[in-house]
Formats: sequence, structure tokens, C-alpha cells
Amino acid sequence: MKFSDEFEQRFAEMVPHYPTKRSALVPTLLYAQDEVGFLSDDVIAEIAARLDLTELEVRNVISYYSMLTTKPRGKFNVQVCTNISCMVRGGEEILHHCATKLGIGHKHTTADGLFTLEEVECIGACSWAPAAQVNYDFHENLTPEKMDGILDNYKKKAMQ
Amino acid sequence: MADLTLTVDGKKIAAPAGTLLIEACKNVGIEVPSFCYYPNLSLQGACRMCLVKVEKMPKLQTACTTVVGEGMVVTSDSDEIRQARKSMVEMLLGNHPLDCPVCDAGGECELQDMTFSYGAAESKFMEAKNHKDEQQWSPVVFFDRPRCILCYRCVRVCGEAMDVWALGVQNRGVSSVIAPNKQDHLECEECGMCIDICPVGALTSGAYRYKTRPWEMKHVGTICTHCGDGCKTTLGVRRSDTGMEIVRGDNRDKSGTNSDFLCIKGRYGFDFANHEYRLTQPLIRKDGKLSPATWEEAFELIGKKFAEVRDRDGGQAIGVIGSTRTTNEESYLLSKFARLVLKTNNVDHHSTADFPAFAAALRDKPEATASMADVFAAPAILLIGNDPTEQHPLLAYQIRNNVRLHRSRLYVVNSRPIKLRRQATVFAQVSEDNGEAAFVDFLSKNNPAPEPLGMSGTTTGVLEKLRETLRSVKDLLVVFGSEIQGISVTSLIAALPQAKFICLADYANSRGAADMGLYPDLLPGYHAIAGRSPLHEEWGVPDTAGLPTSEMFTAAKENKLKALYVVGSNPIGRLNLNPFGFSKAFLVVQDMFLTETAAIADVVLPAANAYEKTGTFTNTCGDLQLVKKAGDVSGTKADFEVIVRIADAMGFDIKKLIPFGGGMHADMGQSRGAQSGEADRHAVWLEMHGLEPKLSPLDPMAILDEIQRLVPGYDVSRMNLLAGNSEHTRLDKTGAAVPQQPGPILPANDTLFTSGTLGRYSRALNSVIEAHEIKPAEVAAD
Amino acid sequence: MADLVSHPDEVRVVSRRFGQGAASLERYLELDGYKAVQKALAMEPDAIINEVKNSALRGRGGAGFSTGMKWSFVPKQSAKPKYVLCNGDESEPGTCKDRLIFEHDPHAVIEGVIIAGLAVGATSGYIYIRGEYRYLSVIMQKAIRDAYAKGFLGKNIFGSGRDFEVYWHGGAGAYEVGEESALMESLEGKRGIPRIRPPFPAVVGLWGGPTVINNAETLASVPHIILGGADWYAKLGPPKNGGTRLFCLSGNLAKPGVYELPMGYSLKKMIYEVGGGIPDGRELKAVVPGGSSTPCLTSDEIDINMDFDSVAKAGSMLGSGGVVVVDDAQCIVKFALRTMKFYQHESCGWCIPCREGTDWLKKTLQRFHAGGGLKKDIDNMYYLSENMLGRTFCPLGDAAAMPTMGFIKKFRQEFEDHLDGRPCPYQKEGAIEQLPVMA
Ligand SMILES: Cc1cc2nc3c(=O)[nH]c(=O)nc-3n(C[C@H](O)[C@H](O)[C@H](O)COP(=O)(O)O)c2cc1C
Ligand code: SF4
Ligand code: FES
Repeated sequence: MKFSDEFEQRFAEMVPHYPTKRSALVPTLLYAQDEVGFLSDDVIAEIAARLDLTELEVRNVISYYSMLTTKPRGKFNVQVCTNISCMVRGGEEILHHCATKLGIGHKHTTADGLFTLEEVECIGACSWAPAAQVNYDFHENLTPEKMDGILDNYKKKAMQ
Repeated sequence: MADLTLTVDGKKIAAPAGTLLIEACKNVGIEVPSFCYYPNLSLQGACRMCLVKVEKMPKLQTACTTVVGEGMVVTSDSDEIRQARKSMVEMLLGNHPLDCPVCDAGGECELQDMTFSYGAAESKFMEAKNHKDEQQWSPVVFFDRPRCILCYRCVRVCGEAMDVWALGVQNRGVSSVIAPNKQDHLECEECGMCIDICPVGALTSGAYRYKTRPWEMKHVGTICTHCGDGCKTTLGVRRSDTGMEIVRGDNRDKSGTNSDFLCIKGRYGFDFANHEYRLTQPLIRKDGKLSPATWEEAFELIGKKFAEVRDRDGGQAIGVIGSTRTTNEESYLLSKFARLVLKTNNVDHHSTADFPAFAAALRDKPEATASMADVFAAPAILLIGNDPTEQHPLLAYQIRNNVRLHRSRLYVVNSRPIKLRRQATVFAQVSEDNGEAAFVDFLSKNNPAPEPLGMSGTTTGVLEKLRETLRSVKDLLVVFGSEIQGISVTSLIAALPQAKFICLADYANSRGAADMGLYPDLLPGYHAIAGRSPLHEEWGVPDTAGLPTSEMFTAAKENKLKALYVVGSNPIGRLNLNPFGFSKAFLVVQDMFLTETAAIADVVLPAANAYEKTGTFTNTCGDLQLVKKAGDVSGTKADFEVIVRIADAMGFDIKKLIPFGGGMHADMGQSRGAQSGEADRHAVWLEMHGLEPKLSPLDPMAILDEIQRLVPGYDVSRMNLLAGNSEHTRLDKTGAAVPQQPGPILPANDTLFTSGTLGRYSRALNSVIEAHEIKPAEVAAD
Repeated sequence: MADLVSHPDEVRVVSRRFGQGAASLERYLELDGYKAVQKALAMEPDAIINEVKNSALRGRGGAGFSTGMKWSFVPKQSAKPKYVLCNGDESEPGTCKDRLIFEHDPHAVIEGVIIAGLAVGATSGYIYIRGEYRYLSVIMQKAIRDAYAKGFLGKNIFGSGRDFEVYWHGGAGAYEVGEESALMESLEGKRGIPRIRPPFPAVVGLWGGPTVINNAETLASVPHIILGGADWYAKLGPPKNGGTRLFCLSGNLAKPGVYELPMGYSLKKMIYEVGGGIPDGRELKAVVPGGSSTPCLTSDEIDINMDFDSVAKAGSMLGSGGVVVVDDAQCIVKFALRTMKFYQHESCGWCIPCREGTDWLKKTLQRFHAGGGLKKDIDNMYYLSENMLGRTFCPLGDAAAMPTMGFIKKFRQEFEDHLDGRPCPYQKEGAIEQLPVMA
């Protein structure tokens, strides 16, 4: 299993921050996932070995956190918040709009592998609702039209 | 620690500081319900069933996590509390499949009991239940998520108590699920503790599921027939076409020295008894072929032949090989039968430990042997050789949990990196070339550590420091394997005069076979043939020492041995040689299966196994326990009866062999009275005091009387024994003779999943071996 | 990233440096940065604790416990190292304030962590930031690096002879991890399952050492208290509710946003003046005053002051400062359903009442809102919530039960309007209940 130099550097820096090795587990998993796309069996085995954990322990942790996944996802993970503050301002319509536009449902990926759609819980953008995150980028005060533009931009980005 | 006083439900009670409220209540008979709380496992506070009211606390508190406090005022039952508990059950039942009628746990399910107690049977829940298909995690472990109530007992017992950590919790919220370590299956020690501890039917046993309802079985707590640790296993038996069939093994009866523990063999390894290859009819060789015969024919033939050889060629022309799996009564009887009836000292068995040397070294050292219970309590333990995780699972469990719960210090000296090193304060890896014995030598003398002793990081410094520690540590318990024999045993015991010892032998009654004198030159109690003892006087023993197995074989080859009687042993298979091919010796084999030895016999007698008879076993520590009859296979006979019948067929006066008919002649009807069906208390009392009339020559209790009278160290409380407890026998008053020509000590080399001949015929064990892709030895030993 | 707003009634303490580039250390120093910690270095630990106690600062994470008091519970002597843990998991629906602090004033959090450390005798601190806030982790990492470079962190900080380490830590999506003991578990690399208490974190916390856990806003307030003095801070709010608070106004408002208002500010004014009132000529139906866990207030219950004690008196909680305004076009049953969907999704699953109760409530509300409700469901839901309340392993169960009981109690009629197979009276044209599920 090979990770990028950036990952390695970050990992090396992070581990000594804690009195126990496994403390670095959650952020390490997230960075590994960012790089590989999902937490594959190989990634799990590698991280377990590095942190002196069993693969079972690593899987127990992965399955607890909603951002971690052991299944491949699209290049852009469109996460639309429909929690209360967003809901009362049209969050569900944004989600529905994305679903129609992309032709996929919750946690599904477009055939071209570009987009995965996910209905998520509050992402901390309540005062700027409705909001969504594409990967780690926030998009706020959304309208269906604005959302169209955002998705189109990502698509363009992928084409370049 | 001083007791604190508190008030529970208006009752003043006392409990030591640090006691959990739930335990304090239990100790005075106030039951606080719980699912997740389990003694000696980490606290969870998850099921919320144990909620109680503690004065001055605004909310209900969990009794399982609350520690008693001085002056605490507690209410364990009130409308509020009952409602809280009822609602927990209601919520659990919301997603519970309620398939009790087909659930293995039906009738012995904590959720059913709790529903019954709190009256939460009326369902308010109307939504679709969360479903998940049942999964098979191993040949013997099945998991049904919808039934699981997430008490996490399985996860904890596997990790904390077993140090296996094969179970985890995955996902969160209502999707939480118990998960096995290999995603869709388990890779573990297959102990099945998770099944035993599961309060519901979420984890079920592949060896038992869907076989019967719990209330249709009779549950018999007896001693496991596999290794030398002496766990109590509860066998569930049910009537079948061929007798009483054992359908389940578990640890329902937690009264044994193993308390919560049971390994794969004790749990599932009973099925050899029901194997289709089980012999159920005597076989007599006619025209070169073994053909079915009646017991009467067989006894007559054997009686005639044995008497003939004895009278013609003398007792020394007959050999007897005993078993490490028969009861003490049977081994003693066989030993006596050989000397008295066959007039031979050619008696031997498969030794896996040097008990004679051990007994000799402990002569006049009272209190120097340790019991299995001591292993859980000793503040410091030295383990030399052996791999208890594989060969002595209970011992390993006791050590592990002593370290975990009592912070005992463990010192491991082994040539291999055995799993128990994980619990060790010091792990000294020594050379594979007799490193353990060399260590003992080093320990007993003041010489510097020889170079090759230490391996992989174990330096001379470490060894020297360890020696210093061991010499000074108080209350040390020393456990050693067959790596330590002969003079090393003596040195070890001399080197650590403050310690208690356990000598490890491999089979269920290896220790009993040794104690009962299945040796060519030792009588029961390690009395030398040439010596003097009350036993000599009562028995009348041939004066010259007999032949060990290997020499019996040589004698057979040379046609000097004319008859051999093999009881529950497979020397041909074990030693992989057949000296009888050309000899004309008359071979009688008594066994459950047509082993390599039985296959070449002249007469084969179908034997009952330990689960089908009554008697006692002595575990490797010397703990004596009662073996109780559970199953029954028609056509077979207990070795005890067979020996008696052969003696009878030889025309021997059975009264001289079995002291039956003694005791007190009581009026057996006296205590029964009008309430027929109740226990015959008078008879129980008589039995406890060894006074019950042994009316039959086939009653092993009659021989137990003699054993208790004549074998030093066995004069333990009969009452305690009959009550199902273990009684520690002693070795300090034995004959202390060391064999003149000690036979070889050959370890059984069984693993966690194998068990000699028994294992070969256990489907459950074999299916696990297959799943784990471990190859057992080609030919199993006994 | 997120837009900033302002209102004349605002009293800017924690948000003083928002929008001024204070994420850069130079700029932060120009704006009185790291002065408080230098002052604190010269103070006795007890003096710091007393100052914070006297300031009447109460935890901004939700429970509103006196911060100074919490610090005083940390034992003076400890065999194990002590820690400060900044809770930046911010996941309570309706709450988006810590995000602004991390974005605009990360050094204030670092400074607060150091001061807390000096007060309790800890020599290291961790700043836990929820995983979704990746861009904030980047900002925070840079801030920490810059502070180290200047000698404000590490060995011999500010030449004082004292050492202090600060580390950043990232989560990966789990609301429950905001609960203090689950937060520690998560930081230790485990599933976010809360711990049994006692022992409390102040005595046995991270890796077994005594630990102070505070919300990011709480810690970011501390430097201002040290510099401005306890008296000044305490007097900003009503008695026992010192200072100001970042209120996250969201929902059906004309001018939603995060506003810093003094403690005890009128809720009514907050909605109608600061937040610009309800747009589109709509009326107020309900307001959730302190994040989704707090029971809602109806339109005739809003004449209250927003401080911990007043809101508690009104039967709700000030909570995390998330004020969610709901207009009369919204369906309360649906609102309750969405709330419960959240708790069902976020329950860690450890204990029976929370795990099973939230699932049961969610399913019932789902059926109910879809038109399959029965009259007895209303009582059943209330019964269930009542039986969860106060009996779960951690307060998440309460957080799910309390608002549900509030909705049922205060809007029973609206629940009944859904009965008998009637469609939701608030159903919007073309609204979706279920997402298209593709193969
Ligand atoms: C389910 C649950 C979630 C919580 N989430 C957060 C959170 O995201 N951020 C936070 O600061 N406190 C949260 N808390 C409160 C913390 O447990 C803790 O009280 C707080 O961090 C203490 O800091 P304070 O005293 O400064 O408020 C949560 C509590 C519960 C029960
Ligand atoms: S499998 Fe059994 S023991 Fe394990 S959590 Fe479920 S119910 Fe409890
Ligand atoms: S026994 Fe106390 S919570 Fe389960």
C-alpha cells in the first residue's frame, strides 16, 4: 500500500501528537480516504498495521463515522443538508433537484463516476441555509438555479 | 476493607467499599435486573434495566455502575422503576423478531424472563421491524442480528476474558451490529463463550441449533473428557432410539472450577459419542475376521484365554495397558485386576507428565500442590514450558483473568512465543533445545546463564533478574509442562521451596491413571512394587516389577507376551508399530471405535465413554471431581463392568476385587413417604458419608471407598465431592517411589481443536479444523 | 467563507475580530492578540480560575455550566498529565458559530486553550474540529504552526519558562462525538461511545488524565475576560449569565446570520429586529431557541430574555445558541420528523432507550406524516419520549425526547390534523417525501 508523500508527512507529524498511537486513527482514515477515494481492504490493513490495531478494530471505528466509507464514491460527493434550518428554507427541494438532475438517489453514484449524492445532517451552515457541501467545499444560500451552476462547474472541472 | 452500611428498600445492608450496588443487592437477595452487566467483565451501563432510585440523585441511577456509599439510601423497586424497566423491554421488543417458538433460546432466554417479569408483552409497536439475515460465522457459531439486544457481553467475553478480540460492534444507532473479525466469518478459538453468555438467541451453536427445546433435555453437569483441566460441562441429553443421546454441551452449570469458562472441546466435542462408527457389539476374530458376538461369548472367551495364559505361562506373560480417560475407579480396578487376577505387574499407560518424580519431590511437603482455583488467585505465577492456550485452555483462562482482574504477575519461560506472553510481566524465551530444562538448572544453581538459553531479546541480564525475582517472590505458583521431567522436576521444586506446583499432563484423567498406579513398578499412591504399604498387604502383589509398554511390545515380538489387555488406549496408533503382526499373543481391546489397535485385536469390546458412566476424575492439578452419567448408548458397557465381568469369567471371587455389600443396610423405603418423587434425603445422606449400601459389584462407589482409604491424599470430603465441588488431593504422603526404568513421557500434542481418538470422531471438531485449515497429526494418540 | 452580518444591538466581544483578517498572526497581534495569555502567565492559577468564575461565563456548548467552576474541579496534583480539550465538533442542528470563530479568530481559541491550561496545570491542549470543517482545520493548523514559530507555543512560551503544546484533531462525522466523554473516546481513536460517569473528565479524562473540556466559543471568550476583567464581562449580561453570546439565527427570517448579542437579549427582538422578522408576510409558528435539542416555544412564548435561567424558566433551554425560526407555512409534524430522523441517525446505539426509542419515534412519525397515523400514536410517541427522558446513557436521548414532547404538547392539534388518512395540511405543491431510489 503506497500513499502520497503528503500523506506520509502528515501521518508522521500526527502520530507523535498523542500518547497512544491509535489516537491518530480517525484523522488518518479521513486523509487516506481523501487520497484513495474510499477505505479499501488494503488501506484498512495498512492503517491497522501502522497503528497496532486489528482490522476489526479499524472497521469498528470506520463504520461509526458517517464521513468514512468502505465503498467507492464519485469524484464529487454532493452532500445536501436537509436538517431543520435548511429544511424550512428549501433544503429538500435542493436535494430533490440534484437527484433529478443527476438521475440518482441518496448514496448513489452517477454512471460516469463523477457525482455521488448524499442527504446529510446539519453541516453547520444554518444561518446560510439551504446549504450543501461538495467534497469539503461549502455552498450556501442555495437555490435550484445556483445548484445547477455549481454542479456544472464541477463537471467542467472534471473535464479539464 | 471495612464494610459500609447502606439502606436498600428499607433494609440495612453492609458491603465492602468499592462494591457495585447491583452486587451488594444480590448478596442480600435483592435482585436488580440486568442485561449488560456481567460479573468480571467491564461495565457498560447500556441496557438501563438496573435503574434504581438513589436518594438525593435527581434521576434513576444504574445499579451496575454505582459504587456503594456510606449511608446511601436506595429503592430497588417502585412504580417509577418498574415502569422504566418495562419501557426498556418494550423498546427492545419493538425491533425483536419474537420468533421465540423456533428460537434455540426459547425457554432459557433472559429477554423472555424480563418480559414476563415486567409485563411488557402488549405491543405498541406497529412499524416494520429491521431485518437482517442470519449469518453463519463459523461451523459452530451462528448469528441472528434481529434477536440481538446489544448487551455487548459477547464482545467483552471474547476480548477481555478470552483475549481473542474476535468480535466488535459496527455501525451506530439502530444499525449497530455485532461483527466478526473477518467481516463475514470468525477466526477465533471457537470457545463458544459468546454463545453461552448471550442472554437471548442471537448467538447460537452450530452443534445444537434447532435440535430440541431446552425443557425437553435433562441437564447433567459432569467433567469434560478432553484435556487435563477438568472443566465441568453441562450435557443436555434426550432419549433416543439407542439410549440417551447427548444433544448439547454448554456451561449452564457454572459450579465447576471453570466457573464461566468452557472451551470448544468441552462445549461441542461430545458428538463422538453419537458417531456412526461407534462400536455397539463385541467383535471376536473368527477365521481372521472380526465378527459380531454376544457379550457372554466374549467374556467367556477372554476369561478362558487369560486364565489359560496365566496358569500356563505365568502372569508375566500378560500385559495390561490402561487409559488416561477412564475414571479413577476404573484405573484403580484395572491396576488391582492386573496384580490380583492376572498376577502381573506388566501394567502401563500413556504418560504425558512425570507424576512419579513430582510426587517423590513433594513427599513430606504438605500444601505444595496448587489447585485450579489457586491459579485464579495466586499473586505470582511462573509458567515453564507448555502452551496452555492450546493444551490447557482453562488453565490459560485462569492465568489470564488472574492477571486481568487481580493484577497477578506472570513469568513465562518458553522456547516458543506462546500467546500467554501477552499477559506476562516477563517473557523469557529460551532455546528450543531443552531450554526449559536448562532454565530450571540455571534457576536451581548459582551458575551464570548459559549462552544459548536466551533467545529473541532475552538477555542474560533478564534471566538473572528473573531468577532473583522468582527466588524472592512470595506465594509463587509454578506451572510446568512435560519439558520438565525426572531430575529437573526435583531441581525445580528444590529451587523454589516457597512455591506451590502444578505439573501439566494432557488427558482428562492422566493424573488419575498415574495416581491409581497404572505403572509396571508402582502401585496406586506411588508405592514401589518392592516396597511395603497397606495396599501391598490387602492386595498381595507379584514381587517383581513389570514391563513398560515398549518392553511389552518387544516381549510380544519375541513371543514372550502371550496376552495383552488394552483398555481405552491406542498404543499401536500412537507408537505407529505393530509387534503383533506375527505374534500369536491374544489381544483384547476395549474401546469406542475400531482404532488401529482394536483393528488387530482378537476380541474388541465396545466401551462406554466418560459421559456415559459414573465415577471420579482427577485433573492435572490433583482436583478430584465427580463424573456423572449423562448419555447412554445401548450395546456398550462401562470399562468398570467389563473388568469385573472378565474377572468373574476367570472364576475370581469378585468380593476380593470390589468391596461391595458393605456399608450400612438401611431401609431404603424409609424416607420416601407420601410425597413420592421427592429426593430420597436419607439415601443422599448415606451416600455423602460413604455409608450407602453398595449392593452391586458394579458400583464404582464401592471402589471409591477403597481408594479413599488406601490411596494417600485421596481421603477428601465425600460430601463435597457429591455436592459437585472439586476436592484437592495431596501428594505429600505418597509412597514417593520413582520408577526404576521410567517409560517415556510423550506429550499428546493435541491442540485446541484436536483430542486424540475422540477428536477424530467428533464432527464438530473436524468441521472447525477444516474451516481453520489446520492439519491434525496423521494418527491420533489416545 | 460564510457571510458576516451586523446589527446595531450587537456587542462584539468574541466576534470583535471577525472579518479583520485575524487568522493571520500579525493581524491578530495588532488586535490585542496574545496579550491575555501573557497576563495570565503572571497570574496564579487560582487567580485565573477566580477571574473566570467571577465573570459568570457559562459554557457555550449547551449545558451552560459555570466554566470557572468546571476548572476548579481539576485536582491540583495528578500522577497523569492533564489536558485541555476544545470542543469544536459543532453539530447541533441550528448551530454554526464555532465555525466563524475558527475561520476568523483561530488564535483566540489557541489563546483560550493556553489560559485554561495555565489555570488547571495542564501542559497540552487539543482542538477537536468536526470533519466536515476541513477548511477550518487548515486554518487552525496554520495558526498553530505560526504560534509555534513565534514561541507562543512549545517550550518556554513567551519566555516564561513554561511549556505548552497545542494540537489540532479532526473528526469524521458524528454528532454524538460532541458529547464530552464521547469526544474523548473519539480523540483516542475509538468509536464515539460516551463513558460511564463518574469519574468525570475533570478527574479522569483523556488517556486517564484530568481534562478540561470546553466549547470553542467558551474558550475564545476567556482571553477577553482576562484582558477586560471579570466585572466588565459579567455586567454585559444579567446576573449569573455573564457576557455575550453568538446567536445563530436561522430558519424563516429575513436576515438570518450569526449575531453577537448580550446574554439576556429579548428573543422577540432577536426575531423581529435583529433577524429582520419573518419574510413573505408569514406569521411565526414556533421557534427552537437553542439548537434542535431544545423544546420549541410558540409565538406567544417568545417574550423572554435569552439567558440560561430565563429560557429554562420558560420550559426550554438556551442550549447551543441556535435559534431556528419556523413560520406558519411549515408543518410541525414534519419538523418533528426531521428532528427525530437526525437523532435516530446520530444515536451512537449504545443504550436501549436511545437506540430503540429514536428509531421507533422516527418510524412512527414517518408513517404519521405520510397519512397513516392513528390517534393512539400521538400518545404512544409521548409515552416513548417520556420513557427515554432521563434514562439514557448520555443526554442525547434527552435531546431527542425533549423536543418531541414539546411538539406534541404544544401542537397536538396539528398532529390530529394529520389523522384519518388526511394529507399533510402543509404539503407543498410538488414536494417530495421520498427520494427517487435508483438501482
Ligand atoms: C449529544 C451531545 C452533543 C454535543 N455536542 C456538542 C458540540 O458539538 N459542541 C460542544 O461544544 N458541545 C457539545 N455538547 C456539550 C458537551 O458535552 C460539553 O458539555 C461541552 O463541550 C462543554 O463545554 P462548555 O462547558 O464550554 O459548554 C454536546 C452534548 C451532547 C449531549
Ligand atoms: S450477540 Fe448476544 S451477547 Fe452479544 S450483544 Fe447481542 S445479545 Fe448481547
Ligand atoms: S445492567 Fe446496568 S445498564 Fe445494563
